[in-house]
Amino acid sequence: MSTLLQQLANGVVQGALIALIALGYTMVYGIIQLINFAHGEVFMVGAYGGLATYTWIVPESVKDVWYVSLPIVLVGGVAVSVAIALLMERFAYRPLRNAPRLAPLITALGVSVFLQEFVRNFYPNATAALPFPGVFVQGQLVIGPIRVGWSGILLIGVSVLLSIALQTYINRSRMGRAMRATAQDPDTAKLMGVNPDRVIVLTFVLGAALAGVAGVLFGTYLNNINTDMGFQTGIFAFTAAVLGGVGSIRGAVVGAFIIGLVKTLAGQYMPGGTQYDYVWIFVVLILVLVFRPQGLFGEPERVRA
Amino acid sequence: MSTPVLEARDVSMVFGGLKALQNVSLKLDEGKVVGLIGPNGAGKTTFFNCLTGLYTPTTGSVLLKGDVLPGDPAKVTTAGVARTFQNIRLFPSMTVLENVMVGRHVRMKQGPLASIFHGPGYQKGERAARERSAELLEFVNLPGIEEELARNLPYGDQRRLEIARALATDPAVLLLDEPTAGMNPQETEATRQLILAIRETGVSVVVIEHDIKFIFSLCDSVSVLVQGQLLVEGSPEVVRRDPRVIEAYLGKPPDEVEAEVQAMVEETRQHGDAAESTTVLPVVTDPKPEGEQA
Repeated sequence: MSTLLQQLANGVVQGALIALIALGYTMVYGIIQLINFAHGEVFMVGAYGGLATYTWIVPESVKDVWYVSLPIVLVGGVAVSVAIALLMERFAYRPLRNAPRLAPLITALGVSVFLQEFVRNFYPNATAALPFPGVFVQGQLVIGPIRVGWSGILLIGVSVLLSIALQTYINRSRMGRAMRATAQDPDTAKLMGVNPDRVIVLTFVLGAALAGVAGVLFGTYLNNINTDMGFQTGIFAFTAAVLGGVGSIRGAVVGAFIIGLVKTLAGQYMPGGTQYDYVWIFVVLILVLVFRPQGLFGEPERVRA
Repeated sequence: MSTPVLEARDVSMVFGGLKALQNVSLKLDEGKVVGLIGPNGAGKTTFFNCLTGLYTPTTGSVLLKGDVLPGDPAKVTTAGVARTFQNIRLFPSMTVLENVMVGRHVRMKQGPLASIFHGPGYQKGERAARERSAELLEFVNLPGIEEELARNLPYGDQRRLEIARALATDPAVLLLDEPTAGMNPQETEATRQLILAIRETGVSVVVIEHDIKFIFSLCDSVSVLVQGQLLVEGSPEVVRRDPRVIEAYLGKPPDEVEAEVQAMVEETRQHGDAAESTTVLPVVTDPKPEGEQA
């Protein structure tokens, strides 16, 4: 029983992480119908950006003062993620805006491989996993039989907060309305004075900022990062977005928590353990695609952001 | 004579070998309603697309208050040309109010960051946009359904909502593409009254319609487009008596059309007084929008 509770708690932490990344997949798809397979790498470079910030920018004297260093590291990670996403949109996807859909999709895969190899080759010692400073949030929250590191609690809190903030932003602001209008009918939105380039850039920036936060918090949670992490977690996040209904914000969050729970519970209770958790996640994906291709919260036509 | 609000100069549009428009010119004076009629495929909607920057004319130019319009729909809207569509193109999964607020987009100033920091300026701008949008919904006679999803509205209401959304951009010129298509006589009459009310607010209107009685009883001048060319233009009286128009388009002896139009005009005169007292005109107290675009 206590194992089950512990795994449920772990699943929620995983879900919180996946949600932050799945939001980026789902938003970009909502606006330009592109599955941005390089989005996992945006998360990965966020973690490396955070590590670089900690290593070279945060002054020695405050490195152990988490409430000073963590915000700086977060800003650094987010800045790197957003910069990479902007470059990606400008130079890889925008020239292919009117190309057949397959072209940007293949390009996304190319960008993904490029970024992984770029970081692996040019970040100092990145050919192996690097330790991520664990000084930020130490200790554990203990509730009965459950132990969750404070870094995990932080991840859950930030993820929930940012998801709500994003939902509010999209529903209640001028640019949010412009995003939804563009998702539903880009040509008409243009005729109402909405600049599509600005909406697309904003979409990439928002998604990348969330992924950057996720990258740094993932580092503090697991205390080590590697260049494959974006690919692995990106697959989970992509599955979560499909499960929730690609294009739906709420769907991505709910899908992420389901995937997080499936992953940890399958790792604990299914034959093969954690080595086979991928298998169960893809079983979920296949079941969704067969029985409810539009996902839990998706609409059959493309009319949401 | 003053500069026309909207002027198309020798606009031609060629698609491959097809000459969709050939040297079409049109002048729209301030506070006037111009009708654009012609058989199917005459190039009316293509002409609208040229006016709104959706198409860049192969040759010729479009001027708003004497300035050449940019070839970008978003900028054309900002400059002050708004339109509705022959096939209704609302944002189906947004509410009625939100649809109108998207039209307000270009007249709001909040950039992408403003709403994150929720400053007082953001709150004020958002509230002003909301109020103006609600006002416009009342103006087009769609009160009390702000939170309804646009796709759940009956057909006639969707057309009215499109007009409200277009008006939300504070246009100098409103282009209406078949605003009464599929409407019954009562709805058609209501639309005519609405267009007259819009004209009263100082907005100039170009309207495409197949219903010639509607056009002749509404417009200050009428242009007839046939096979991409301007056949005739002039006052309704002149156009409806022109033998070429009768042959190319009306297909009825002029006397018969005349009688029907007279009846319509008479009816309007009676309706006019009653309609004026019930239609609430939104008064733009502040000529400036809530702010410039970010």
